[in-house]
Amino acid sequence: MILDRRSLVRGLMGSTAAAATLPLARRSALAAIELRYGLEPRQAAPGIWLFEGRTEYFSVRNGGNIVNTCFVDTGEGLVVFDTGPCRIYGEEMRAAIRRASPMPVRQVVLSHAHPDHYLGNQAFTDVPIMAGPATRAMLQELAGPFADNMYRLIDVWMRGTETVPPTEDLAAGLLPFGRRRLEVLLLAGHTRQDAALFDHDTGTLIAGDLVFWNRAPTTPSADIPSWLRSLDRLEAMAPKRVVPGHGGVSEGVVAIRQTRRYLEWLAATLGEAAEKGLAMAEAMRLPIPAEFQDIAVLPGEYVRSVSHLYPAIEQATLPRIN
Amino acid sequence: MRRMMEVLALLVAIAPLAVAEEADPLASGLWDRARAELFGNAPVVFDERVVLLAPAVAEDNLNVPVVADARALGEVEVMVLFADANPILRIATLELSRAEPFIGLSLKMEQGGPVRAAARTPDGVWHVGGVNVAAAGGGCTAPASVHAAADWAQHLGELWGRAWLEPDGAQRVRLRAYHPMDTGLAFGHPAFFIDQLDVTDDAGALLARLRPGEPVSQHPVITLRLRPEAGTRSVRVRGRDSDSNLLEGSLPLAWRTGAPDGDRRTGSKE
Repeated sequence: MILDRRSLVRGLMGSTAAAATLPLARRSALAAIELRYGLEPRQAAPGIWLFEGRTEYFSVRNGGNIVNTCFVDTGEGLVVFDTGPCRIYGEEMRAAIRRASPMPVRQVVLSHAHPDHYLGNQAFTDVPIMAGPATRAMLQELAGPFADNMYRLIDVWMRGTETVPPTEDLAAGLLPFGRRRLEVLLLAGHTRQDAALFDHDTGTLIAGDLVFWNRAPTTPSADIPSWLRSLDRLEAMAPKRVVPGHGGVSEGVVAIRQTRRYLEWLAATLGEAAEKGLAMAEAMRLPIPAEFQDIAVLPGEYVRSVSHLYPAIEQATLPRIN
Repeated sequence: MRRMMEVLALLVAIAPLAVAEEADPLASGLWDRARAELFGNAPVVFDERVVLLAPAVAEDNLNVPVVADARALGEVEVMVLFADANPILRIATLELSRAEPFIGLSLKMEQGGPVRAAARTPDGVWHVGGVNVAAAGGGCTAPASVHAAADWAQHLGELWGRAWLEPDGAQRVRLRAYHPMDTGLAFGHPAFFIDQLDVTDDAGALLARLRPGEPVSQHPVITLRLRPEAGTRSVRVRGRDSDSNLLEGSLPLAWRTGAPDGDRRTGSKE
């Protein structure tokens, strides 16, 4: 019998059959988890709220609540920025927004096509869900494997989650409604296309995953040179504060600079390792500089980055011999 | 007296072999199968001098990088890399002539479990070391992504390589081959993989013979440490796959640290 893994997982989901693949002890431990995040928004700036995730890697314990999602009061409805890792998150987020603001949600803006940022879309199907055209294309291509991976990483929290694709193209520039100057920036580097929001009224940059703060940047879809160019653009906007995709709110541009320094170190380190002829498993064991010791999820995230980036880097150092 | 001490030390060293075989330090339920299939009745010991470097978690099941290093054992005749839980147990075998017991490569993992290296010393004992690698699975039964490229067959057998002089005088050689390395377990793709790769010096003497198995990753990148005779200018790589396609190339050795390209230019004039 030939089944690809995705259809296998798909077929199992929604039933308890997936549970059968796990040892019973683990399964009963999962059954005891209360599927509630306790999401509470906090204000990052006047009219801008965020739900701050933990600076961890995905786990069943944290339910994938490792991401920041936001909403902005435009004066003519709320703009929601990203919807979290699953249906439960999206629904809880929607309820918390309703409690926090009498204004209706006007639209959702998705930062990029990574599953912890859009799998809560099911709670927002009554409004337009906007994403950049390259983000929409990437999501169409990878939604299946990404959802499979999330089932593996956060398990029961994914119950009932389906991918809801974006409904409309997001364009760069000032949002055409609302009473604040809220600008959409369409950049790239963390993935093929990364959207950020810059609120000119308060100087707040909602950076999506172009910026991480005290949490190691992730690189499964990254193009580092293009990411660095995007960071230059963001820094040139001189934000007063930055709401990153992962990590807390920071004043000024420290988070942009930390993300840049880490990416520059990563690229230089892997380039040097390949030039020295290190095998990939050796490159994974290189030391992390003291400068980054307070950054969460290291060295784990570094090791993942070697897997993502080293094959192309080492290939470039090996000349043809036939 | 001194002779007696040596004999005593030797007795202490071999004593564990005489008793019942020790338990698998990785507590794998599949160890017995691996042991029987790969080593038969030969003596096997778990030995921390056989170091296996691998990530604790496989980020990409199709490309799990490992380095196996048994140099601490001294003389080694052959190394075998294997993953207990893979449907095809053996990853690769390295037969050493003038090479060190050291190899880097990437493998496909069908599910998480131990990845190990066994090194046979001249006394016939297999020394085994390894680590557990967690993996989501599906690595061996997924078709090679190269089949999505229309022109993959035209690139088949392309080789890349480079040598570095290590501070201790060894030649670190890295090789890359363009090959799908199909396991035969993915629907519609029969087994098709490089099954032999010889590295010889310019006089034709064998330095190392690698016998990759199906689990080696697509477009394999192999890292070796060779000990050719001083003055050897280049090494030849000659391999074949399971369909008897030949792979052939040669690369200049580096006799000055960090200057492989200078040597390469010299080599190409000959």
